[in-house]
Amino acid sequence: MLGIDERLAAIRGSSDRKRHNARTLAALTTNPGCARRAILDAAGVHKDKIAARVGHPTEIGKMSKIAVLRGTFFEQQVKAEGGAEMLRLLRAELGLPIEQAHYEDLGAAEVDATDPRSKREQSNESRYQLTRQAMRMTAGSGPDAGTMFASPMLRIAFGGVWVYLEPDLVAFQIGDKFHIVEIKSFPIIDEVADPGKVAGALRQAAVYVIALQNLMEELGRGRDLVSPEVLLVCPKDFTNQPTAAVRNVRKELAVIRRQLERMDQVREILRAVPQEVTFDLAADRQGRPTRSPADLKRALNQIPARYSPDCLSNCEMGRFCRSEARGSTNVLGRTIREDLGGVDSTSMAVALATGRLRPTDDLEETAHLLRTIYTMRADCLQGAS
Amino acid sequence: MSGLTAMARVLAAETGTRQAICTLRHLHVAARPIVLVPITLAGETNAPLAVLVGDDRDRPQLIVTNRPRVREERLRFAERLGAELLLPIANLARRTEVVPTTRRTTTVRRRAVEAPQIWVPNPAGVEFLRLLGRMTRFRSTVGQWAVAPSVPTLGIWATWFAEQSEFADSSVLVATTQALTAMWATGQSDLEDGNLAALMAWIDPPPGTSAADAAARAEDTIAFPPAGPATDPQFDAVVLEPALRDLDAAPDDQVRERVLARLASGLRDQMQPTWDRVWRAIDLLDAVPAAPHVAVRWERDRERFYAFADYLNTIGLPQARQDGAVRGARRLTDLEVRKSTFDAQRAYDDALVMAEYRLSGEAFRGIVVDADADRVVRPSSRRVRRPLITVTTRDPARLAPGDRELRDPQRPTQEAAVIDVESDGAQTRIRLELSGGLGSGTTGPAPSGSVPAVGDVVTYTRLKAGGYTHRGTFPNREDTPWTHGGPPAEYYVPTSHDAAEDWS
Repeated sequence: MLGIDERLAAIRGSSDRKRHNARTLAALTTNPGCARRAILDAAGVHKDKIAARVGHPTEIGKMSKIAVLRGTFFEQQVKAEGGAEMLRLLRAELGLPIEQAHYEDLGAAEVDATDPRSKREQSNESRYQLTRQAMRMTAGSGPDAGTMFASPMLRIAFGGVWVYLEPDLVAFQIGDKFHIVEIKSFPIIDEVADPGKVAGALRQAAVYVIALQNLMEELGRGRDLVSPEVLLVCPKDFTNQPTAAVRNVRKELAVIRRQLERMDQVREILRAVPQEVTFDLAADRQGRPTRSPADLKRALNQIPARYSPDCLSNCEMGRFCRSEARGSTNVLGRTIREDLGGVDSTSMAVALATGRLRPTDDLEETAHLLRTIYTMRADCLQGAS
Repeated sequence: MSGLTAMARVLAAETGTRQAICTLRHLHVAARPIVLVPITLAGETNAPLAVLVGDDRDRPQLIVTNRPRVREERLRFAERLGAELLLPIANLARRTEVVPTTRRTTTVRRRAVEAPQIWVPNPAGVEFLRLLGRMTRFRSTVGQWAVAPSVPTLGIWATWFAEQSEFADSSVLVATTQALTAMWATGQSDLEDGNLAALMAWIDPPPGTSAADAAARAEDTIAFPPAGPATDPQFDAVVLEPALRDLDAAPDDQVRERVLARLASGLRDQMQPTWDRVWRAIDLLDAVPAAPHVAVRWERDRERFYAFADYLNTIGLPQARQDGAVRGARRLTDLEVRKSTFDAQRAYDDALVMAEYRLSGEAFRGIVVDADADRVVRPSSRRVRRPLITVTTRDPARLAPGDRELRDPQRPTQEAAVIDVESDGAQTRIRLELSGGLGSGTTGPAPSGSVPAVGDVVTYTRLKAGGYTHRGTFPNREDTPWTHGGPPAEYYVPTSHDAAEDWS
C-alpha cells in the first residue's frame, strides 16, 4: 500500500506539479463535494491540460493582458515610496492614529546556483524564512512597532506539499494585531463595490490570514495575534487613487479551514479510486501529450464528479464534466432536481411526466407531481393556441 | 426557478427545442427601439472603448474612443454618444398628450405619445449605462473642466434609464438576455443563458443545426465574440493591445488615422454579431402577441418619461450619488409594490404564468358544479347580493374557510370568500361566496355574466393586478429624523470637485 503522497504523485504522473496560490486554494470552497476535483487539485494536476486533451479546452483564469498590466500598476502605486500612500490610507480612510511606519520589503530572495533545488523553490524558501524572522522580531517588539511588510512570503500545507503564498502587504500593527492587506484593481464606486469581486478578494485574504495564523502559532505567539479584519485597497470611483475598506473575514476563515481539513481526507476518497488511475499525459520531448484522449477519459470516469453549472466558471474540468453529465437535471441548474421532486435524469423526468413510464412505489409521489405540472403546462399551451 | 419553468427546461433539453414559459409576451416592444452595444477597456473602470448604437439595424453608428486611456477622450466619447441618443429622446419628449381620466380633478396629467426604448445585450450593458451616467452627470459645462452640455445631460438620462430598469414593470431599458429568458426556456442553465450568443443559438438555431450543437459552438469566443461590455482576452492580446501601442507610438496624424481605422474595424467585428443578435431577438419577441397589460404598463412608462423630461427642463439637476433616507425607503417600497403588481398582471393575462401559482397553491382552476346566482342576504340593515358557487378542482389548492379576497381574472372587480373546503384526495370541492361586480339592486336575477354558471371554468387567486395598493407612509423629506441623518438637501448640486473628477 502506497502512502498518500506517493499515490498523489502517481496520479500526477510525469508532469510537474501545478502550483497553487491563494486564489486557487480559495476556489476549493466552491464545490466541496466533488471528489474528482478534490483529487486533481490535491495531486497538483494541470487540469487545463487534461481538459484540453479530452477535447474541452477552457479559458478559465485567462485574464486580459491589459487588465493584468493595470492591476500591477495599481499595486505598485499603492506600495510606492515606502508605502506612503498606504500610510495615508490607514490614517485618513480608516482614521488610525499611526504616527509613522517602517516599510520593510521582504521580496528579496537568496538564490544559490550550486543548490540542487530549483531557483523558484530556493527563492520561495528563502523569502519565507525572511518573513518568518521578521514576524518573530515584530511580534515580540512591543506596542510601538508600526511596520508594513511588503511582499512577504507565507506558506500553507496542502496536498502533502507547501503552497507558498504572497499577500500584497502585512500591516503591523493596528491595535496590537497583524492585518492582511489585499490590493485589488476593481473599483469602489460611491462606497459600493461589485459583491462577487469583493467575495473573491475576501476568500483570498482569508487564506493569507490562515497562513499567517499558522506561522504565529509555530512561533509560539498564538493565532489571535492575527486579526480576522482585513484591509481591502481598491481604486476609488473612476480614478487611480486608492481607497480602503475594512472587512471581517471570520466566516470565510471557517469555510476555508473546513475545506483545507477536508483535503486531509483525500486519503478517504483515494480508497475508492483504483490504484492504476493516473492523469499522466505522457508528454513527448516537445512537451506534447501522447496519452490517448479515450484513455484519459477512462481515468477521469474512475473518479466521480459532482457537476453544477457554477463549475463552468470555477473549474477547468467544467466543460468536460458538463458533457459527461448530459442528460442529468444538474446540467440545467442547481435547483432543477429539487423543483422536479428529486429526479436526476431529464429523460426519466419527461417519461414520468408524460406517463410513458410507470413509476416504482418510491417514485409514486414524484410522478404525481410531474404529471400535475406536465398536464397544467399542456392545458395552458393548448388553451393559448 | 419553479416547477413549471423547471419542466420547460427539462422538455427543452429532451426535445432539443426552446420551450415557451409564457403564452404571451409581457414586455413592450417599441416600434422604433434603439439598440446599444457597448465595449469597455479591460482593467479600467467602465472606460468606454466603443459602442454600436442606433435605431436602424442596417446602419449602426460606430463610436470609438480615439485614445481610450485619456480622460478627455472618454468625455468626448460621451459627447458623441450624446449626439446619437439625446436628439431622439428630446423629440419624443416634445410630443405629448393629456392622460384621460375618469376622476373629477383639476390637475391635468400629461404623458409622452411615445417613450424611448433602449436595448442592450445583457445586464452588464445596463450596468455600463449606470456607470456612464454616474461618470458624466456631475460634469460642469463651464470653468476649467468644462465639457459640452450634452455630456451631463447624457449622464442624467443614462442614470434615469438604468434606474428605471430596476423596476420589474418598466420597459424603457431592456437587457436582451433577460427579455428572452422571460419568454423561453432552453436546455441549458442560467449561466449559459447569460451568454447572448449561446442563448440565441438555443432559441433560434441556424437551419439544419440542433440547438444544443449550435449553443456549444457559440461558446467559442473567437467565432462568437462576447456580447460585452467586457472583451475577449484573446482579442485584447491580438488586436487591441497592439493597436493601442501603435496609437501611442504614432509619429504623425496620418499614421494615427490609419491605426484608428484598423482599431475601429477590429472593434466593429467584435460588436456586429451582437448587434445582429439583439435585432433578431427583438424580431422574435415582437412576433409573440403582447399580453393585455403590456399597453397599460407602457402608458405608465410614457408618463414617467414625460415627467422626467419635464423635470430636466425645469430643474435639471443630476440625481444624487445616494438616495436620502426617505427617498430610499420610498423607492424600496415602490420596487416591491410594482414587482408584485407586475407578477399579478402577468398571471391574470397568461394562463401559463398563473399555473405557477396554481402549483404552489396560491391559485386554483376548476369547474363550477353548482351556482346560486340570485342569493341575497341581510348581514346588517341592508340586503346585499351574495351569490354562492361550488367549484371542483384537481389543483393542489391550499385554502381554508374564511380565506377572503380571492379574484377571478375574468371578473377582476368581484371578490370571493371561502365558505368551506372538502377534499377527497384527487379532487377538492370549494364553496365560495361572491360579492361585488353584480350591478346595483337586489331584486330580480343578477346581471347576466356577472356570476359564473355551472360548467364554467374559473380561476381564483389572491393576486391583485390593479387598483389601489398601499405604498407605505413616510415622512416628508424635510421631516427626516436625526436618526436617519436629518433632512437631506432637496437636490444634489454638483461641485467644482465633481467637475474635476478623474476618469482614468
